[in-house]
Amino acid sequence: MPTSEDYKGQVPAWCPGCGNFQILSAVKQALVELGIEPWEVLAVSGIGQSGKLPHYMKCHTFNGLHGRTLPVATAAKLANHSLHVIAVAGDGDCYGEGGNHFLHAIRRNPNITLIVHDNQIYGLTKGQASPTTAKGTRTKVQPSGVPAEPMNPLALAISQDCSFVARGFAGDPEYLKELMKAAITHKGFSLLDILQPCVTFNKVNTFKWYRERVYKLEAEYDPYDRMKAFERVLEWGEKIPNGIFYKKDKDTLEEMFPTIREEPLVRQKFSIEDVKSEIEKFY
Amino acid sequence: MTGTLKHKGSLEVKFLDYTLRIGGEAGQGLQTIGGALAKIFSRKGYYVFTHQDYMSRVRGGHNFYQIRFSDRKVSASRDMVDILLALDLNTIEIHKESVRNDGFILYDSETIKKKFERPEFIDVPFKKIALDVGKSSIMANTVATGAVLGLLDLGLENLNEILKSTFKKKGEEVIGKNLACAEAGYNYSLSNCPRCEGVEIMEPEEKKLMLIDGVQAIGLGALMSGCKFYSAYPMTPSTGILNYLASKAEEHGLVVEQAEDEISAVNMAIGASFTGVRAMTGSSGGGFALMVEGLSLAGMTETPLVIAEIQRPGPATGLPTRTEQADLLFILYAGHGEFPKVIFEPGTPKQAFYLTNRAFELAEKYQIPVFIQSDQYLGDSEWTFENFDFEHLIYNDYRLRKKDLEGVEEYKRYKYSDTGISLLAVPGEAGKHLVVADSDEHDEEGHIIEDDETRIKMVRKRLLKKLPLIKKEIEAPLLYGDPSPEIVLVGHGSTYGVIKEVVDILSRDRKIAMMHFSQVYPLPERDRSDYIELLEKAKLTISIENNATGQFSKLVRAETGFDFTHQILKYDGRPFSIENLKEEVDAYL
Ligand SMILES: Cc1ncc(C[n+]2csc(CCOP(=O)(O)OP(=O)(O)O)c2C)c(N)n1
Ligand code: SF4
Repeated sequence: MPTSEDYKGQVPAWCPGCGNFQILSAVKQALVELGIEPWEVLAVSGIGQSGKLPHYMKCHTFNGLHGRTLPVATAAKLANHSLHVIAVAGDGDCYGEGGNHFLHAIRRNPNITLIVHDNQIYGLTKGQASPTTAKGTRTKVQPSGVPAEPMNPLALAISQDCSFVARGFAGDPEYLKELMKAAITHKGFSLLDILQPCVTFNKVNTFKWYRERVYKLEAEYDPYDRMKAFERVLEWGEKIPNGIFYKKDKDTLEEMFPTIREEPLVRQKFSIEDVKSEIEKFY
Repeated sequence: MTGTLKHKGSLEVKFLDYTLRIGGEAGQGLQTIGGALAKIFSRKGYYVFTHQDYMSRVRGGHNFYQIRFSDRKVSASRDMVDILLALDLNTIEIHKESVRNDGFILYDSETIKKKFERPEFIDVPFKKIALDVGKSSIMANTVATGAVLGLLDLGLENLNEILKSTFKKKGEEVIGKNLACAEAGYNYSLSNCPRCEGVEIMEPEEKKLMLIDGVQAIGLGALMSGCKFYSAYPMTPSTGILNYLASKAEEHGLVVEQAEDEISAVNMAIGASFTGVRAMTGSSGGGFALMVEGLSLAGMTETPLVIAEIQRPGPATGLPTRTEQADLLFILYAGHGEFPKVIFEPGTPKQAFYLTNRAFELAEKYQIPVFIQSDQYLGDSEWTFENFDFEHLIYNDYRLRKKDLEGVEEYKRYKYSDTGISLLAVPGEAGKHLVVADSDEHDEEGHIIEDDETRIKMVRKRLLKKLPLIKKEIEAPLLYGDPSPEIVLVGHGSTYGVIKEVVDILSRDRKIAMMHFSQVYPLPERDRSDYIELLEKAKLTISIENNATGQFSKLVRAETGFDFTHQILKYDGRPFSIENLKEEVDAYL
């Protein structure tokens, strides 16, 4: 069985007090509790503060481009579906730069886990608005306030019939870990959007601000009810629900490709002999 | 053998060289007719060259499909045609001047509502025969195909074979009707062509030739190189690769994914390659423009990647279905930052096949991106070959798995080495070894760094150490014609065929040769064959390119300091024909 020590990576270069630390320990703890070994995990990330997370743990890592986490993660899963693929992204990374990939990953439904560090701000580039920043928020780039509405990624995911839609909060690592475990073990594309206070640039959505608002969906809540899911996921303001909003059981992308049903693509042997008859077809 | 083509009242031609042009609107079935006829000629043992000219529309407009067949190898198109099969009136108006004096124009006066009385016109009631014999006007194209064969008196055997396999799923009745329509068309033109009397098309030796176009050859090359993952977003003229590989996926265990855009396509291919399978992506100029950031990602992460870039004229959407060689410098300079890459530009489908194989080999050996660059002209052109010899294919698996790494204490993805190449382990299949790749500058383990010392070491490893080794792998340009020429026609990529034929014609009374580059970057080193010296010795060196600025000349000048004496540039979106290239070359002689 793996221990926390096995997952220990480099020393994080995040600002002291940042919500990312709790996300990191929740991921590690979830993997340890699920008994998954580091060499069974591939963490794919983009660019942003969130993108550094895989470096701070131990597992296979592909730290690619800003916004391009999901195409890499999806293809990696198709190449070797025996790996647990975790896609790590920021809100700018996933919903801004990578918005198109987000929509299409939901459609494809690969069995991967997407965790989004949603700090409602661009951290790494020092405080510009992200797609989830509240309208009117003033930043250096938006001195008279953000002119656009914030997007609701969870509602969008539910509208596209995403297989698993959940929200966690970095300030409640215990519950976050449970959500993480549920997302990792869920069969299909699972979205876990995490409220992550950026203590340096986001002066509105602080730990305190969230603690006053965040609550858990009640035990009897039925995540298979899509209309209810819409209703609850639109709740944002005085009260902000956390938990698994929506679930839908469906075939995964890997299951849709007949050629990899028996064995992961990466283990399939190639021999020129097997394909040489293709030349004949041009006669 | 030497065939003879004798027309009544015309001189005997030493060998057979026949050109057939089929013209009509998009949606009229030009590809079906042309494709079937090209196949028939190649199955009969004729050498075939086809090229297509089509507009960017699904219906209407004007398109043509041209087939040249001969008992000698042919590798380009001629302007003048022997048979024009006109499916609409427009075709007659546009192309009648291109028909040779002793040629034919096959048409159906009832369909196009116009009758021509001149002797070259042969009016075959395609539609009426289809209705009478096949009970449906749908079979008019089968009648027309039969009529072309009847005119040449080549027999129906091969057409019948093709009809049977095409309509296998539709059942016996449909097959029977098509066979009858083909025969009726055949007999009609055979017996209603007064000019055909005395036409004799010698049959070539009994040998079957394979017929393949450029994009299929790239697809086949990828399949036979162990490519297991292809992701792309459709874009003419690269879509053929996507179609071909998708059609083979189930049988040969490939995953082919239509990405949501080219950015995703290239990142997917990189993701699959990182995870341990041979992967490729493909597009045309505009789509490739979107892939450029991903290209640098492959460069930085040292992930093997093969990219097919099948050019069409730009900028922007340009002429979507036409041809040009104007992305060479774009690809050469594509990507931010410095990293090694290789660019291949095949001149024939056979070269496309082998170079695709080499692309996979070099991509994986050096862990770099390798391009197969081609264009619409070669991509859509069918050529005949005796054989593609799979025994000459290379397949080395450079990926390391558990047993390969047994002696390795601590695996580091980017470990420094004398060659700059580090071990390429397969994540999840390498025991407990972890594989860490990063688009940020990184240390040997793959983790982010920012210090200058590591940066310098990594640039040396990734770029400076690998480059000289990669250069050694590049083959010298092909020299065809006079071994110490006074005139050298220099080309790269798809102009191979037409330059070769022009050299054949001119070498009757000149010391002339072609120098063709199919491995264009890095340029071959001069130690094995000093091609620059050969050029320096020649009186006239003409660089021939399908673009407006002479991109290849610029590359040669930048890399070697050599300047060609002349340039022939064509940038109308069309390929060179033998006649027009010869005329341009003649002007300098
Ligand atoms: C193509 C591209 N555009 C812009 C950037 C610069 N950039 C790096 S991170 C980032 C935004 C980070 O915000 P977010 O994704 O929300 O992540 P966070 O740092 O807040 O975790 C940007 C714009 C980049 N690396 N690549
Ligand atoms: S800038 Fe914000 S998100 Fe980034 S490490 Fe600092 S607190 Fe965390």
